[in-house]
Amino acid sequence: MKGMWTMSGALILAVLGAGAAPAAPRPRVDVREFAFTPGTVTVARGTTVTWVNHDEEPHTITSAAGAFGSTGLSHDETFTQTFTQLGTYPYFCALHPRMRATVIVK
Amino acid sequence: MDGIDRRGFLECAAWAGTGLLWTAAGGVLSSRMLTPAAAAESQATGFSFVQISDTHVGFTGQANKDAAATLQQVVDRINALPAPPAFVLHTGDQTHGQKPGAFDTVAQILKGLKTDAVFYAPGEHDVFLDGGKEYLSRYGKGTVGGQGWQSFDAKGIHFVGLVNVLKYKGEGMGALGEAQLEWLEKDVTPLSSSTPVVVFTHVPLWSVYPQWGWVTEDAARALVHLRRFGSVTVLNGHIHQVLQKVEGNVVFHTAMSTAFPQPAPGSAPSPGPMKIPEEQARRMIGTREVTYAPGKHPLAVVDSTLDRA
Repeated sequence: MKGMWTMSGALILAVLGAGAAPAAPRPRVDVREFAFTPGTVTVARGTTVTWVNHDEEPHTITSAAGAFGSTGLSHDETFTQTFTQLGTYPYFCALHPRMRATVIVK
Repeated sequence: MDGIDRRGFLECAAWAGTGLLWTAAGGVLSSRMLTPAAAAESQATGFSFVQISDTHVGFTGQANKDAAATLQQVVDRINALPAPPAFVLHTGDQTHGQKPGAFDTVAQILKGLKTDAVFYAPGEHDVFLDGGKEYLSRYGKGTVGGQGWQSFDAKGIHFVGLVNVLKYKGEGMGALGEAQLEWLEKDVTPLSSSTPVVVFTHVPLWSVYPQWGWVTEDAARALVHLRRFGSVTVLNGHIHQVLQKVEGNVVFHTAMSTAFPQPAPGSAPSPGPMKIPEEQARRMIGTREVTYAPGKHPLAVVDSTLDRA
């Protein structure tokens, strides 16, 4: 009996927690037809950005300044990066360097 | 489409599925069906080698579920040729994005080739993750300074293998770089102008479609050293389709992939692999045989697709 009460309390807390701090949107960049969409993503500090490669050609997410970098992403593969520092982060695809985009953290 | 009008090209292209003999005489391309008699004529007097390209092992997509399997089919085709090729040239993109284990798979399959040697030029897929470290550790041996470029002579032909994917510029175009250009000039200087020259590399040495990076930025600086020769044949890959161009005595040939076709320049939103059924793709991938009869013919280039009976 006592165990049941404890469990319910935990459930209520969990629901309240979710309500109090709605999950921040997780911005996603689609890599399709040799382009990053959207080309510029602006996020708050601490945000995790997700890239999804929809092409059958591999692409990388490579920071121009070396701040972060993925290996070659296969079709439907994803890469995530959490941005903890303010700044402007240009990046490109190492295999197709004309593919360029930017993440702005402010 | 230099040297041949578009209609003529399309008529020739219609025969591509059954094998076509391309010859270049006086700067004009002509073609005829590859018949056993024509093949026998070349074999009797000259020698032949085979070019394979863009094997992209590790690729899985709509046009090809298993690029290693199509490479194996290509090797079987080569081994079934009436006269074994003197050697095989692989003009790059062995792997699809340096997938782990892909170099090993390619090496394993090519070990089965019935030929004396295989010469390689790297593609950008083979080098972009590590700047060429793995590629050069495997294939740099015996090349100039271990940097991947090389030359050798066979049957009176001077062969030059160039690397144009290690100096990729911001726009994604191929480039040869100062050191290689200097080497090339010295390499060909002692040769007589009557020496046939064959250049093999990955990215086209002519401006096929710069918007997709289908160009080598400093190619003109290489070609200036080659223009005095009576016969220059440039073989490359990268764009996964057959295209020819003639500039004076220089004939450029881009090769099919053994894995998947890419769209014609500018015909799609991006140069990504064509999304077509596998059986259709089989008519657009394949291999190339080059035959040479000393003193008799220019080099004859035969492109054959994988669906060929």
